Amino acid sequence: MSGAPRLLWGMLALALLAAATLGLAVGAVPLSPAEVWRALAAAGDPSASAIVNDLRLPRVMLGIVVGAGLAASGTALQSTLRNPLAEPYLLGVSGGAAVGAVLAVVLGLTGPGFVPIAAFGGAMLAVLLVLMVARAAGGRADPRILLMAGVVVGAFCTAAIMVALATAPEGTVRGALWWMMGSLGDAQWSGVRWIALYVAGGIACLAWWGRDLDVLALGEDAAASLGIDVERVTRRIFLVASLLAAATVAGAGLIGFVGLIVPAIARALGTRSARETVLASAMAGGTLVVVADVVARTVVRPTELPLGAVTALIGVPFFLWRLRNGAAR
Amino acid sequence: MIRFDDVVLRYAGSEVAAVRGVSLEASVGRVTAVVGPNGSGKSTLVRTLLGRLAPERGLVTLDGRPIGGFTRREVATTLAVVPQREEPAFPLSTRDFIALGRYPHGGAFSGPSTADREAIAGAVARADVGALLDRRTDELSGGEWQRVRIARALAQGGRALVLDEPTTFLDVAHEMAVFELLDALARAGQCVLLVSHQLNLVARFADHIVLLHHGSIAAAGTPAEVMRGEVLERVYEWPLVVTRDPAVGAPVLVPLRGRGAR
Repeated sequence: MSGAPRLLWGMLALALLAAATLGLAVGAVPLSPAEVWRALAAAGDPSASAIVNDLRLPRVMLGIVVGAGLAASGTALQSTLRNPLAEPYLLGVSGGAAVGAVLAVVLGLTGPGFVPIAAFGGAMLAVLLVLMVARAAGGRADPRILLMAGVVVGAFCTAAIMVALATAPEGTVRGALWWMMGSLGDAQWSGVRWIALYVAGGIACLAWWGRDLDVLALGEDAAASLGIDVERVTRRIFLVASLLAAATVAGAGLIGFVGLIVPAIARALGTRSARETVLASAMAGGTLVVVADVVARTVVRPTELPLGAVTALIGVPFFLWRLRNGAAR
Repeated sequence: MIRFDDVVLRYAGSEVAAVRGVSLEASVGRVTAVVGPNGSGKSTLVRTLLGRLAPERGLVTLDGRPIGGFTRREVATTLAVVPQREEPAFPLSTRDFIALGRYPHGGAFSGPSTADREAIAGAVARADVGALLDRRTDELSGGEWQRVRIARALAQGGRALVLDEPTTFLDVAHEMAVFELLDALARAGQCVLLVSHQLNLVARFADHIVLLHHGSIAAAGTPAEVMRGEVLERVYEWPLVVTRDPAVGAPVLVPLRGRGAR
């Protein structure tokens, strides 16, 4: 397959850079882009440098990583399930990850890098449950049944999180709002590093398997005829898509619809293979989450809106528009 | 080149076998057709060639080697299947779609090789889809789409082409065009095995017909040997006559009105 135009990659990189600069500039102490760049280079005013490098940069980095992970996960789920409305939040995968993460924290299992692993376990269980429910309800081939199963499992996960948080001792666990509606507010370098590691690994796998994703998107029989072991490859991709969703949930709670909107934008911008869509989605996803976080921080200052609320306010109309345009046939 | 030897196929959890002791051979340079009523086991044979159902008994061989001894990619470079239904989840250009036929030959990151380019160009020429390359898959008509799918199968590079109901939903002209194409491919040295409901077209184009009934072979042979009124009437459980096409002399099946009508 021939590649997407260079212009596209340039545009995506520029947009990400602009969003990151904006994210570093906006806040209680507003800075100009020039001040931001000087601070990043460790030149100029030391207090500006501290604000940018110690306070805002981890948050912006977390936004980039979370957005990239969610968007790449959505791309992989959409190709594998052949469903343009599939994404980790609507499929209940993120919800399962949140249950795993909350349980780990409530039980005190918070060693470095462990919360993402517990989240991963929860996400995998949720995937299995969704596929089982969808099969029992008449087949996972029907995108509407699959989404229904995902929403139901997601609701169950929400209830489970509520129960776990209600029984947890006061002050040991982040609040329900943080988990349910997502936030980049607690970004710290120690956590961001782990999540970045998981997300980078996951995206690398998906890019490596780009041709497999292309072939799976043709349908099971066509993929089998091209020599793919459909069941095995699908399992492998679900595993990585769940890992990506789990890492983002461990870092920032539940943020919906990024995995739905971003791959659609990437395809509309002219990516031609799944590998390109994964990589372009990762870049655009980072951009979207950083911008959404800026919106969440600024529209009703000094109150900070939950990040997941901002993405849902964009995502739900988009979902309905896709639904109306026959994306779920 | 594709051989089924006394093959029994059963779906998991099913009491009865879908295919019970079928032997058939599809060879190079010929069009071999499998026909039969709904549920007679036609598509089950195709599933086995896709590697999605293993025989309970009997042997399926490709070029004399048991299919179980091939890796999936080896099968895909020897034999290409055009499944009954297919709709890409995301529309792509016809050019990119046909290029996916080279999947079993490529590594994860290797770009198209000279062999890939040649195979694709050859497939495009043989399926006559050169004019469609810049269209999108969701903009093609039913007949164009079938030709494009055949082109992708040819790009896989094997000598065997298996098609499951290639003319469903096509009008007369497009149906004829697909059968003409399959005929030409067979004459040019391809092994063509197809599953079809179009008995009259099969009778005109196939060299060898296998008629399935409840998973067993009811008749097999040349069109003249299989297209006999008493055999077809028993298998399809419907009154019919077989006459002769006045133009080309091929046997033609004419179903009669139901027993109650006149």
